[in-house]
Parts: sequence; C-alpha cells; structure tokens
Amino acid sequence: MAQELGWKELPEGDALKAGTAADFHTGDWRSKRPIKDDKTCINCLFCYIYCPDSAVKVKDGKVIEIDYNYCKGCGICENVCPVKPVKAIKMVSER
Amino acid sequence: MVQVVAKTGNEAMAEAMRQINPDVVAAYPITPATEIVMIFSQFVADGLVDTVYVPVESEHSAMSATIAASAAGARAMTGTSSQGLALMYEMLPIASALRLPIVMPEVNRALSGPINIHNDHSDTFAARDFGWIQIFSENSQEAYDNMLQAVKIAEHPKVKLPAMVTTDGFIISHCLEKIEILDDGTVKEYIGKFPAYTKLLDTSNPITLGALDLQNYYFEHKRQVAEAMKTSKDIILEIGKDFGKKFGREYGFFEKYKLDDAEMAIVCLGSFAGSAKAVIDEYREKGVKIGLLKIRVYRPFPDEEIAAALEHLKAVAVVEKCDGFAAKGGPLYDEIKSCLYDKKQRPLVIDYITGLGGREITHSQIIEIFDELKHTASSGKIKEAVQYKGVR
Ligand code: SF4
Ligand code: SF4
Repeated sequence: MAQELGWKELPEGDALKAGTAADFHTGDWRSKRPIKDDKTCINCLFCYIYCPDSAVKVKDGKVIEIDYNYCKGCGICENVCPVKPVKAIKMVSER
Repeated sequence: MVQVVAKTGNEAMAEAMRQINPDVVAAYPITPATEIVMIFSQFVADGLVDTVYVPVESEHSAMSATIAASAAGARAMTGTSSQGLALMYEMLPIASALRLPIVMPEVNRALSGPINIHNDHSDTFAARDFGWIQIFSENSQEAYDNMLQAVKIAEHPKVKLPAMVTTDGFIISHCLEKIEILDDGTVKEYIGKFPAYTKLLDTSNPITLGALDLQNYYFEHKRQVAEAMKTSKDIILEIGKDFGKKFGREYGFFEKYKLDDAEMAIVCLGSFAGSAKAVIDEYREKGVKIGLLKIRVYRPFPDEEIAAALEHLKAVAVVEKCDGFAAKGGPLYDEIKSCLYDKKQRPLVIDYITGLGGREITHSQIIEIFDELKHTASSGKIKEAVQYKGVR
C-alpha cells in the first residue's frame, strides 16, 4: 500500500486509476464461501461471468479455483449455476 | 454584435443555455423553472443545439444523469426549483466531491409544505453547504450574464466546482424585461471548449470514480473542496471584471448601491434589491444617508469583503426571504453578523424575515424598515433583533 497522500498531493475528485481493488484482500469479511464440486461442474462458466469480483479463475475453458482473497461470499455463483438437481457450486458457512 | 430583446428570466436562462450548447441536458420540469428546460427541449427538437436531451422521471435522476454525463467528459446542465432542488440534495454534494463543473439554473421558490409555488429563498439557502457555488440574480439581464460567467467559473482549472445560478420565482422567471443578448459566436468564443477534467469513458485511461472513501481519505477530499471554494473567490472576481471589460457589465461578489457614504443600509439578495433601490432614492432625496448591499455570490460567502463594505455603518437591516427555523433569525442574518464580529467598529444589525411563499414586500413595509433603521442608528439601540415583516 502506497503512502497515504495529503490533500495537496491527492488526485482531485475522488478519481483513482482503475483496478486498485487488486491491492487489497477484499474478501476478508466473507461469512459464506462457495465450494465447487469438480465432479458435477459442466464448466459452463456462468459463475465466472457473473462473479462481481472476478474471483472465479478459469484456465483453458475450465474453472480451476475460487480466489478466496477476493471472493466476498455473495452467492451469485451458486445462484446462476445451472446444474440440477444439486448445484455444482454451493455456499457453505465460513464456520 | 449585441441584440436588445424582451425576455423573461426563464427565457433569458434558456437562451444562455442555447448559446452555451451543452453536450447533455437531463431535466425534469418544476414550476416556476419548467420553462427553462421546456424552451431548451424545443431548441433540441429544432436542431438549434447539439445537445443530447435526457427527459428523466425525477430531479434526483436529473442530477444523477447530469453528474454521470459530466463525469463521462461532457459539458452537462440541468435546471430546477424548490422541491426539485430538494430532491437533488442527495446528489448535490456528490457533484462537488467529484469536482464536476455542472452549471444549473435554479429558480428560487418556497419549500413545501404547505405547498406553494412562489418565491422565497429557502430552497437555495438549504443547499448552501453542498460545495456548490451559488450566484443570485436581480433581474433577467443578470440571470443571463451570470449563466455565462458560471460556466467560466465552474470550469476554471483552479475551481472545478458545480455552480447554480438563481433567479426569483415568477418575479424574475416570468416577468418580461428588456435585456442585451450577445451573439452566438461571441458566447461560443467566450466560454470556449469544455475542458473535461474527468473522462470516465476514456477506455485507454480507465479510472474508478466515487470509490469508497473512508476515514483515511474522505477528509482530504473534503479539504480539497474547501480549498477550491476559497480559490474560486479570486476567479469569480477575475471573471466578473473581464466580463465587464468585454461586454460592458462588470460583476463582483455584491453590488453596492449608494453605500460608501451611507450611515445605514439594507442587505439582501435577488429581485428585492430593485424595490429597495427605488425607496432608497426617495430617502436620498430627503437627505437620508441610506444605501444597499446586494449579495450576488452567496457561496463562496465573501465575508471579509462584506464586512469591509458594512463596517462604517451605524445600522444594517438584513432583509431575507428565508427562516432557518433556528429560533435565532435567518441564515443570512447569521452570516452578516458573524462576518462583522472581528471588526472593532460595527453596525447594529436587525433581521427582517419577509416574503415567505411569495408574500409581497410592499412599499410601505420598506418605509417601515427604513424608519426603524433610522431610529436604531440615532438611538444606538435595537428594539427587536429578529422580526417578521408582512406576516399577519
Ligand atoms: S460468492 Fe460471489 S464473490 Fe465469491 S466466487 Fe461466488 S460470485 Fe464470486
Ligand atoms: S456455474 Fe456451475 S457448472 Fe457452470 S462453471 Fe460454475 S460451477 Fe461449473
């Protein structure tokens, strides 16, 4: 984290260069975490597309991991997962 | 080339907007400001401007869309009044925090309730603490001139703050007056190209705007707004002087009318100044040394300058169309008294809250105020510091 700037140096108008969330672990207040079942996942990548925090990591067309440093536990991935009758991604309590 | 035309305050402001030719106008109608954006929408329909017109469903959305357009890099405007301005309150400090130079005509009207569509200053005064520059106009000519200058002031690189230019509902907004209008080319050259300090749509330089700003940065951003507001004082004067040089009508923070040699004075804003000046002339003929200070720029508040202009007086009557319901007089009274506090010698100050909801301020009431001012000046005593004039 860069040194905190004073009002004279700080860029005006609350405008930052984009992508600064990567500098922080924004997932540390998560109360639920998504757990993916590799056996039932059909790699439709819905979870990847819908995840608001780009926490679903994809390689070669396959979901390879969920980055818990950034996953905030919103549950959108579970919600959009089309696998039936049991979703391939499920939210479980952090405790 | 200057053209002399007959225009209402609303028409004058719409005409200024046509000449400014903003990239985006997002607006919602409200009496008595409706005509400004209505006339402007006709300009859009007739192809007289290049503006994208966004007819939104509320003033909250009008201000939101205007903020978004300005943040995207467009010269953006809207217009409103009273409850409309009140519905924008949530968004107003966001415009200043993002340092977006939005210019908005605002027609001063009483706040509901009870519901009322006529003039007082309670709507604009209530928005005084949101980091917006506030410029008041006495008549249509000033409304037109102030609109053009507001663009220059708001967009100045040392300012970058939103600005509202006000007229008084119906008294100015709907009254036909003879005014001078500059030609389109002159205005275009005068205001210049929009500087677009914030360009949210510039994908090669992506930015995050309005990010969460907690204990560690919020204070610094607010300090910047405070500084910009302070700096804007010099710019407002510079632009007012330059306007005078270019077009023959010079502007400052306020107008002094027969004030320098006066012993007593009225302090007011907006259209009431016209009525007061006429009565001042009558008193001057009788040898009574009375003058007037009409505040044009209410935010930033030119406190030192006002104090310097008033300190030599014996008595001052603040005539304001707003009660702050603070149980101690209106907001203008507060500020006039406070700016005089550091002066060794200072006038006695009386507050007259008047004209609420468009109640007429009559000639005989102005005479009553002047006579009481005379009595206060000669006796050195205030009978009643806060008074309601014209209420039954
Ligand atoms: S819970 Fe939300 S943040 Fe976490 S991976 Fe799923 S969609 Fe992304
Ligand atoms: S939405 Fe479900 S099935 Fe599709 S990739 Fe994600 S976990 Fe797999």
